[in-house]
Amino acid sequence: MAIKTKRSTKIAVTCLGWGIALWLFFPIFWMILTGFKSEVQAVSTPPKLIFAPTLSSYAEVFERASYWHFTFNTVIISVGATVGALLLAIPAAYSMAFMPSKRTRGTLLWMLSTRMLPPVGVLVPIYLLARSTHLLDTCTGLAIVNMLTNLPIIVWMLFTFFREVPAPILEAGRMDGATRWQEMTMVLLPLALPGIASTALLSLILCWNEAFWSLNLTSSNAAPLTAFIASFSSPEGLFFGKLSAASTLAVAPILVLGWISQKQLVRGLTFGAVK
Amino acid sequence: MQAVLEHSAPKGASERKGKRTGLLLLSPAVLILLVWSLVPLAMTLWYSLINYNLIDPTLHGFAGFSNYWYLLTDPDFLYSLLHTVILVVGVLIISVGGGTLLAILYDQEFFGRGIARVLVISPFFVMPTVSALLWKNLMLHPIYGVYSAMMRAVGLTPIDWLARFPLLTVMMIVSWEWLPFAVLILLTAVQSLDSEQKEAARMDGAGPIAQFRHIILPHLSRAISVVVMIETIYLLTIFAEISVTTAGGPGVASTNLAYLIYSRALLQFDVGGASAGGVLAIIIANVAAMFLVRSVARNLEV
Repeated sequence: MAIKTKRSTKIAVTCLGWGIALWLFFPIFWMILTGFKSEVQAVSTPPKLIFAPTLSSYAEVFERASYWHFTFNTVIISVGATVGALLLAIPAAYSMAFMPSKRTRGTLLWMLSTRMLPPVGVLVPIYLLARSTHLLDTCTGLAIVNMLTNLPIIVWMLFTFFREVPAPILEAGRMDGATRWQEMTMVLLPLALPGIASTALLSLILCWNEAFWSLNLTSSNAAPLTAFIASFSSPEGLFFGKLSAASTLAVAPILVLGWISQKQLVRGLTFGAVK
Repeated sequence: MQAVLEHSAPKGASERKGKRTGLLLLSPAVLILLVWSLVPLAMTLWYSLINYNLIDPTLHGFAGFSNYWYLLTDPDFLYSLLHTVILVVGVLIISVGGGTLLAILYDQEFFGRGIARVLVISPFFVMPTVSALLWKNLMLHPIYGVYSAMMRAVGLTPIDWLARFPLLTVMMIVSWEWLPFAVLILLTAVQSLDSEQKEAARMDGAGPIAQFRHIILPHLSRAISVVVMIETIYLLTIFAEISVTTAGGPGVASTNLAYLIYSRALLQFDVGGASAGGVLAIIIANVAAMFLVRSVARNLEV
């Protein structure tokens, strides 16, 4: 009897688990599917699950919509913002992890609180500053803004990773006559490389998907993929096939990176509070 | 192990030198963040007190609190405030409530669990503009959408969701993005729960509900507070999802504070009025932050 109920709950759990998973994933699945339809197939009613797949939508996205231009912008902005933030954050996190003072805790919490400033509250000054410094609609401008918004998270995440590096190893290096610089670059960085890599990954994902500043600070020249996709929202842009193909291309890299790095992401996104 | 991880403080003469180096390494990040958080804030405050319109240069001079007064007596502003609260609270309830239940579900052993989990968390990695258009066009479009086709298939008349229930639909789209986030975080937290503790509770005759209330929920409290904090930061500034689906409409039916400020500043070029809105947004966020950062700070081992 006990075994029987156990078995039926197991079946129920399996059905529920898979049912919810498929339901939540369905829009993404449908997007991928629609990308392989022609525009006519994409708007057939009722929608077709089985059809002759075509690459025509992808071909048009590559040819006409200058997809590569937007991808290039996204890559430049994300990588630029990430590298910049790491260069600022690694020394800061090193200092807080290995040379803590009374103010370290306060500094960390203050950094966290700057993250609470809603971007929309400073939209006007940032927009006007970008305009007067000719950084509006440039990759540099958007990269700087992305770097600054993510800096607190990156410092936090590096801090939690650095704290796991045993201090005696660093001290041993110093005994052997290593300078602070050598200690940081030759002892700490190799040891903390996995942590730095997952921090960089989180930053890349956040920059890649960033939409608020991308939509407000760029128009055509520096528009990243988020803004490019938004251009499909115009009523005359009801091209489901092309929208789906372009969206699939824009989402795929981050989806794969996200799947691979789930565990590290949890840690980064929760400031190390959940591991 | 714990002893190894503990850091011995620098001692003696090298202490002062260490302090200086520490400060030197820390200062670039701190200074740049200080500038980043104070300069725009000061500018927003200043703009909110003057008459400043980007396309009407005749309008200038000190305005006092008239920008605020104009905003606070504008019904659109009050609606946008209400919509902001509805969106934040609604999405939080759906994502944290649903996320807790799903975290427990995906903690159970079942066939293909790993793949199911990956499918569940996927929407979180989809960029906001894609997920908004995906729902608007492919799922909910009154003629071509999959959901409309399903409704027709069972004999119902399809609903134009974004026109009839704009705010609710935006809430559902945003929840679709953030529920997976909550699952991702809470599932990790559930998995760190000691299985022996659960076993012991079961031995003592605790039913599933008692186990949930007295063991799982207390264990999750910290993760939940972190999820609430992070989601609140993002949800206060929902923008892309509204911009590409309803553009705040019809009327102001789906305009939140973020979208209102955007439209005042970059569509009506009213810098003064938009800045007053910005200041109010910052005040609201800070009130929320005061509670949230404090509850998180209590849970952090720094």
